[in-house]
Amino acid sequence: MKRGLSTFNVVAVALGLAFLYLPITILMLYSFNASHLVTVWGGWSLQWYGELLHDQALLEAAWVSLRIGLISATAATILGTLGALALRNKRFRGRLLFSGMVYAPLVMPEVITGLSLLLLFVAVGIDRGFWTIALAHTTLTMCFVTVIVQSRLLTVDRSLEEAAVDLGCPPWKTLLTVTLPLIAPAIVAGWMLAFSLSLDDLVIASFTTGPGATTLPLRIYSEARLGVKPEINAICTIVVAVVALATVAASLAAKRTSLEDEHERDALAAQV
Amino acid sequence: MRRPLVRFEGVSKRFGGVTAVDRLTLDIAPNEFFALLGPSGCGKTTLLRMLAGFETPDEGRILLDGEDIAATPPHQRPVNMMFQSYALFPHLSVESNIAFGLRQEKQSKDEIATRVAAMLVLLHLEGLGRRKPDQLSGGQRQRVALARSLVKRPRVLLLDEPLAALDKKLRGQTQFELAELQRKLGTSFVIVTHDQDEAMIMASRIGVMNHGKLIQIGAPADVYERPESRWVAGFIGDVNLIEGGLEKSRKIIDTAHGQFRIDNAAGAMAGERVWLALRPERLSLATKRPSARNNSIVGTVHDVAFLGDTSIYHVRLASGSRLIVSASNGGQAARFSAGDKVWASWTPDAAVVLRR
Amino acid sequence: MSDRSWTTRLLILAPYLWLVALFLVPFLIVFKISLSQTALAQPPYLPVFDVSAGLSGAVDFLGGLSADNYRLLGSDTIYIFSYLKSLQIAAVSTAIMLVIGYPVAYGMSRARRAWQPLLVMLIILPFWTSFLIRIYAWINILQRDGLLNQVLMALGIIDEPVAWLASDTAIYIGIVYSYLPFMVLPLYAALEKIDYTLLEAAADLGCPRWKSFWLVTFPLSFPGIAAGFLLCFIPIVGEFVAPDLLGGSETLMIGQTLWTEFFSNKDWPAASAIAVVLLTLLLAPILFYERLQQRALTENR
Repeated sequence: MKRGLSTFNVVAVALGLAFLYLPITILMLYSFNASHLVTVWGGWSLQWYGELLHDQALLEAAWVSLRIGLISATAATILGTLGALALRNKRFRGRLLFSGMVYAPLVMPEVITGLSLLLLFVAVGIDRGFWTIALAHTTLTMCFVTVIVQSRLLTVDRSLEEAAVDLGCPPWKTLLTVTLPLIAPAIVAGWMLAFSLSLDDLVIASFTTGPGATTLPLRIYSEARLGVKPEINAICTIVVAVVALATVAASLAAKRTSLEDEHERDALAAQV
Repeated sequence: MRRPLVRFEGVSKRFGGVTAVDRLTLDIAPNEFFALLGPSGCGKTTLLRMLAGFETPDEGRILLDGEDIAATPPHQRPVNMMFQSYALFPHLSVESNIAFGLRQEKQSKDEIATRVAAMLVLLHLEGLGRRKPDQLSGGQRQRVALARSLVKRPRVLLLDEPLAALDKKLRGQTQFELAELQRKLGTSFVIVTHDQDEAMIMASRIGVMNHGKLIQIGAPADVYERPESRWVAGFIGDVNLIEGGLEKSRKIIDTAHGQFRIDNAAGAMAGERVWLALRPERLSLATKRPSARNNSIVGTVHDVAFLGDTSIYHVRLASGSRLIVSASNGGQAARFSAGDKVWASWTPDAAVVLRR
Repeated sequence: MSDRSWTTRLLILAPYLWLVALFLVPFLIVFKISLSQTALAQPPYLPVFDVSAGLSGAVDFLGGLSADNYRLLGSDTIYIFSYLKSLQIAAVSTAIMLVIGYPVAYGMSRARRAWQPLLVMLIILPFWTSFLIRIYAWINILQRDGLLNQVLMALGIIDEPVAWLASDTAIYIGIVYSYLPFMVLPLYAALEKIDYTLLEAAADLGCPRWKSFWLVTFPLSFPGIAAGFLLCFIPIVGEFVAPDLLGGSETLMIGQTLWTEFFSNKDWPAASAIAVVLLTLLLAPILFYERLQQRALTENR
C-alpha cells in the first residue's frame, strides 16, 4: 500500500475545499461588479470600494472594531498566556475549576455568554459601550489563547528552564529569556486568533454594546438583514483579504521560528 | 578524608507516599569523580536534584563546603548540572548556550568570549560556535552541554545519565574522555548512572543505591571484588551464589554441593547461614579433578556462548542448579563443548562470604 | 519549581480572578435573574438585591424569587418546540458534517507529508474569516435571483426560481458550511496519528483494504469523531446568526427565542431561564468535551 493520492482522496479533498471557498470567492467577485443589481454581472468596477470611503457610519464601525480588537486581543494574550502558565502547574487549589472555566467558553453558545456578561454589567452598574465589548471579548478570547499556548507549553522540556536556573538565571528572568521565546509562535498565533475572533463577533457584541459603540459586524448585520448590498460585499472582501493575508503571513513566520511545527500543527488541529 | 566538599546528612525526600531518598548520609570529597549507581527509581536522580536545588529535602541537611545550602535558591548555588536530555536552548547558538551562565554572572564581554572560546577548544567544538543545537550530532550536543555546565567553574559538576543518549561505541569513547577531563580540571564530578560499566570505568568512588538508601560505597574494584550483599554482587556484574552454613572453625562452609574452604568469614558466626559469591572469571574449568588445595564442584557443560576473547560456560551441577564460568580463549586455553564432564575449581581467597 | 514567590502567585491569580468575575459570576447572576419577575423598571426585573437593607433585605429578596419563568417554559409549546428544533438542527447538521468531513479529513491524512501543512492551513483559513461574512455570502447565492437558481435554471434542472432562503434547508447549508472546519480538523488530527504500519499489518494478515478501513482506521478515529461532534453540536444548539439570516420565521431556534425575549420583549427573566435550561441541556456534552480535551493534551506530550 502506498501513501499518496487515490482518485477518491483527491476528489474528496478537492470537493471539500471547493465547498469551503466557492461562496466566499463568489462574494468577493461580486464586490467588483459594476452593476447596481447584485445578481447581474455588469463588468469589473471598483466603484463600491469608492462608495465605502464615503460611508461614514461604516468607517466609524470599522474603526471601533479595530480598536476593540487590538485592545482585547492584547489583554487576552497577556491573561491567556498567564493562564496557560498557571495550568502548567499540575497541582494547585482550584485547578479543576480553572481549567473548566477555560474550556467551557470555547464551545459555550454565544447567546449564553453574551447574556450573562450583559447581566453582569447591569448588575454592577457599568455603562455599556466600547469598554464593555472590549471586556467581553477579552474574556472569551483569552480562553482560546490559553488553549493554544498551553498545548505549546506541553512540548517545552522542563529541563530547559531548570538548566537556565542551574546556570544562575533567576526564575522570573528564565520565564522571559527561555520560556517566552520558546512559546512565542503560540503567543503570536493566540493574539491573531483573539484579534480575528473579536473582529468577527456579532452575538456577544450585540448584548454588551451600548450607545455609540457600533462594531463592524453589528453594522454588517443590520445591513445584511435588509438584503444584499454591493458595498457590504466590498467591506466583507476587505475584511476577508486582510485576515487571510495576516494569517498566511503569520503562519509562514511561525514556520520559520517553529521548532516542532509538526507537533504544533497537530495541536492546532486538535484545538481549533 | 579531608573536609568533605559535599555532605548529605540524614536526607529524606518523599513524593506522595513514595520515599525516594531515605535518611541518606554521604560525603563527597574535593576533586573526586563520584558515581551514584543504581537501578531506575532508586532515588539517585532525586539526590542529584536536591543538590542542584530543584527538590527540597523533607528531612536532613545538605552542606556544601560545610555550609547548609537549604536557603540558597538553585540559581545561586555554585553547582552546575548536565541534564540527561542536555537541555540545550534550541533558540540560542552553541556560543550563546555556553555563554548563558556567564551572562547571568554579568561577566565582561571579553571575559565571556575568552572563556567560551577556551571551552570550545577544550571540548573539540571549534568552528561550531555559530550553529544551533539542532544542527549538531548527538555527540556534539553532549559536548556542548558539558561545556555549558563547566564554563561557570562550578564547585561540583552534576551529571545526570550524561551518556544515555549516545550510541554504544561513542559512549565507550566518551567515558574515557570524561574521566580524563575530570582529572585535568580537578573539579568534583558527581554522576548518576544505571550502567555499572560506566560507573566502574569513570568513577574513583561508587555509591550503590537501592530503594532510596546507599547500600555500599567504595572504589570500583572494592565494590566489585568485595560486595557486601547478594544484591550488590548481583547488580554489579555476574555472580554465582552458593548457600551454606559456617562450620565451627569458621574456615569451612557446608553446602549442598560439599564443603568449601574459605579465607575470610566476613565476621559471620559459626553456624550462621551465609552465601559464597563467586565471580565467573574466578572459576577455572578442567576435565580432571584438580588438586585438593582448591575447592571444586563437578558438573556437565550445558551451553557455551562464544564471545570472541572469552567464552561463557553454563555448567549444570548434580543438584540441577547452574554455575556460570567465564574462560579466556587466549593461547592454549582448553575449550569445552556441551556434554563434557568438567570440574570447576577456585582458590579459597577467590570467594567472598556474604551474610545478607 | 518548588519555590513560588508572591509575584508568581499574583500572576497566576490574575487570569483566575478574571474568569471568576467575568465568566462564573455572570452565570450566577443569570440564574438569579431567571428566578425574578419582569418589571417596567431599570433594570427590568424584580426583586433587586439591596445590600443596604441588610438581613431583612436579604429575606425580602429571597421571598421575591420564584420559579414562574420555568413554569412558563414548560407550559408554552413555543419554547419546547424551539428547544427540540435546535437539538434536531444540531444533530442533523452534525451528522451531515461527519459524512462530508470524514472523506475530506481521510483524504488529507493520506496526502503526501509535505502537502499536509498546506491542506490544514486551507481548512483553517475559512475559520479565521468572519462567521457573519460566511453566512452573508450564502444570502448572495441563495436569494431568489441568486447564483444557485441561475445555475440550476441554466442547466434546465428547475423551471422557475426556488425560494431557498427562509427555510430549514438554508439553515442547514449555512451551518454545515460554517462549522465544517471544526469537524474536519479533529477528524484529521485523529486520522493522521494512525500508524500506517497497522494497515500494512492488517493487509499482511489477509484483510482486504475496504475491510481494514472498517476494522482498523474507523475505530481508531473515534476520538476525532467525538471531538468533532462535540465541537460542532454544542455551539450549534445555541446558534443565532445562521437561523436568523437564512431561516424562516415559523419555528425559531432557541438562540433566536432567547434573543427575541431579550431584545424584542425585554423579558430578561424569561431570557435568563431559557439560558439556564439550555446550559443544563448542554452541561453533560460540555463536561465530556473538557475531559476529551484534557486527555488529548496529556497524550500530545
